[in-house]
Amino acid sequence: MPTVGLFIPCYIDQLYPRVGMATVELLEERGYQVEFPAGQTCCGQPMANTGCTAEARPLAERFLELFGGYEYVVAPSGSCVAMVRCHYDEYLAGRPGFEELKAKTFELTEFLVDVAKVDRFDRRFPHRVGLHQSCHGLRELRLGSSSERMVAHYSKAEKLLRMIDGVQLVPLARADECCGFGGTFAVAEEAISCMMGEDRIHDHESAGAEVITAGDMSCLMHLQGLIRRQHKPLRVMHIAEILAGDKP
Amino acid sequence: MNHAPLAAAFVKDRPRAEWHDATLWFVRAKRDKAAQSLPEWETLRECAAQIKAHTQYRLADYLEQFEREATKRGAVVHWARDAAEHNKIVLGLLRNRGVTRLVKSKSMLTEECHLNPYLERNGIEVVDTDLGERIVQLAGEPPSHIVLPAIHKKKEDVGAIFHKFLGTEEGATDPNYLAEAARAHLRAKFVAAGAGLTGVNFAIAETGGLVVCTNEGNADLGVSLPKLHIASMGIEKLIPRAEDLGVFIRLLARSATGQPITAYTSHFHGPRPSGELHIVLVDNGRTGIRANEDFRRSLNCIRCGACMNTCPVYRRSGGHSYETSVPGPIGSILAPAGDPAKFYSLPQACSLCGSCTDVCPVKIDLHHQLLTWRGELGRQGLISWPKRLGMKLGSFMFRHPAVYRMVGAIARKLTPWLPRAVVYNRFNDWGRQRELPEFPRESFRQQFERRQREQQR
Repeated sequence: MPTVGLFIPCYIDQLYPRVGMATVELLEERGYQVEFPAGQTCCGQPMANTGCTAEARPLAERFLELFGGYEYVVAPSGSCVAMVRCHYDEYLAGRPGFEELKAKTFELTEFLVDVAKVDRFDRRFPHRVGLHQSCHGLRELRLGSSSERMVAHYSKAEKLLRMIDGVQLVPLARADECCGFGGTFAVAEEAISCMMGEDRIHDHESAGAEVITAGDMSCLMHLQGLIRRQHKPLRVMHIAEILAGDKP
Repeated sequence: MNHAPLAAAFVKDRPRAEWHDATLWFVRAKRDKAAQSLPEWETLRECAAQIKAHTQYRLADYLEQFEREATKRGAVVHWARDAAEHNKIVLGLLRNRGVTRLVKSKSMLTEECHLNPYLERNGIEVVDTDLGERIVQLAGEPPSHIVLPAIHKKKEDVGAIFHKFLGTEEGATDPNYLAEAARAHLRAKFVAAGAGLTGVNFAIAETGGLVVCTNEGNADLGVSLPKLHIASMGIEKLIPRAEDLGVFIRLLARSATGQPITAYTSHFHGPRPSGELHIVLVDNGRTGIRANEDFRRSLNCIRCGACMNTCPVYRRSGGHSYETSVPGPIGSILAPAGDPAKFYSLPQACSLCGSCTDVCPVKIDLHHQLLTWRGELGRQGLISWPKRLGMKLGSFMFRHPAVYRMVGAIARKLTPWLPRAVVYNRFNDWGRQRELPEFPRESFRQQFERRQREQQR
């Protein structure tokens, strides 16, 4: 049975344990053995994106050490996987095992679609769902077609959600605009970040969504923060939670 | 300068920020439609990127070829190392001919060189003849967008400016009425001008010709009435052959405004009969950018403005929040190349969403270059100390899993017990408009380990 090294981003570990557990359930359900290397913490993206590359480097090195030995590495986050696949070159190019690491590290929905070849779920989620296309998954990992590029439409997350009975995906006015989280951007450019988030929420609300889902909990944490402050009835759920059969 | 407080000030007038966002999103949507109409869109982008990469690689050869060919056609080619040299050359050309009135069509390069105030200080009347540029010139402001210079002005604002300077009726907002008033006003300026200055969209090495794209025909009128035509261009505007032009013309207007082509695509091959054509080739830092492998591709830019229209930050913060002649994503790459200490905040004024990269008709990897800039600014010590300290502490914690687990556990256990006023203190920028997540009792790893133990039993 293939073994998956489970990569749980630090903020999911500390703040959204259910997202991690749902990921475990989804992988085990498809016959994968899941291991969680306990030494893992953070991929280093916050440091790298702030320009503190010297602080990011040791974390990239740790990541290779911890995950280099697995057959697959899977994380419920497009952003953190993009860090490994698209941005670790700066720190790890030429290291033994690095090219292999990049090739076997997957975001959860792409792993389910491309590797596990999931084509059905025996689940029901009778709700109107707004799918937020997190930017790094979309434009770094190409988990879907972005609205700027003139290519045939596809979306791995959408494909999986359509396998769940009762899911009604609502059409958004701006299919893939950024929510404004952006890591330290969320606090460094607080005013713009919050306006971007409110605009996204408004789009989902206007489309009649009951639940906003995404492949990245960081976007949802930001949107949830705004939703809860404004006492809106909308809920946020990571796509792993919906796929694993959770209720809103 | 610091982008964040300027952006926050723009957002404070929320209805206006929403209007600005919606206006530019409308242009982005028009661009999408226009791009969809070409099945070969992605191929065109790739071609354009390759032509530009090739041109950058052989820039010196092509510049010399361009000079030879343009000279053969009767133009005079000038070389300017920087903005000051460019401005001096232009002033010299005007002074030698006794010209005191200059009409200009749109040129971002002259904005970059701050030509207008320089000429005005030297007694030349400069009139921007592009309607949007004339509006901001009268208002005493720089353009806020490279294609739509007055996009931050509502028709009510334009009405007030025209009332003050052109004597239109007070409170008039009808676009036709206001445009007609501008026409009459500009017509007199065209007739009185002693010289016309244009920007350059493309310069063709093979033919020595220039191409200027406008929607108002103001470039053509501006260089047809006076005898002297000055064309100012950055050295990156070059393309090798006339047949390459089609690739860019098809991309430019579609990306900029969603039009299939600009109303006027004017070709200038040498001076008109009995006229003079002077071409000023300007470096002003471009050679330095070209020498840097990370940022070279930013010189592919054809100044279509699509990255601004799609940028979720630009749309909500307005062009003036960048305090640079070219704002938005591309400006945030170009500006720090000139003055990193001044423009350190621009590469951070970005959520790294990557929309600019995907919309760019010449495939500049804009958001990756912005990320690269952040690392570069870090190495130059231009990251603010609270950020740097935070990242140092974070990195230490993440390198020591036991510390990470302990800090996580303390934060999760302690925060829910703290009084709200303590958690949502004035230094908590997250919490100004947002709730913090609800802190769970157990971390994922605790839940996972417990489950493993239970399964083993």
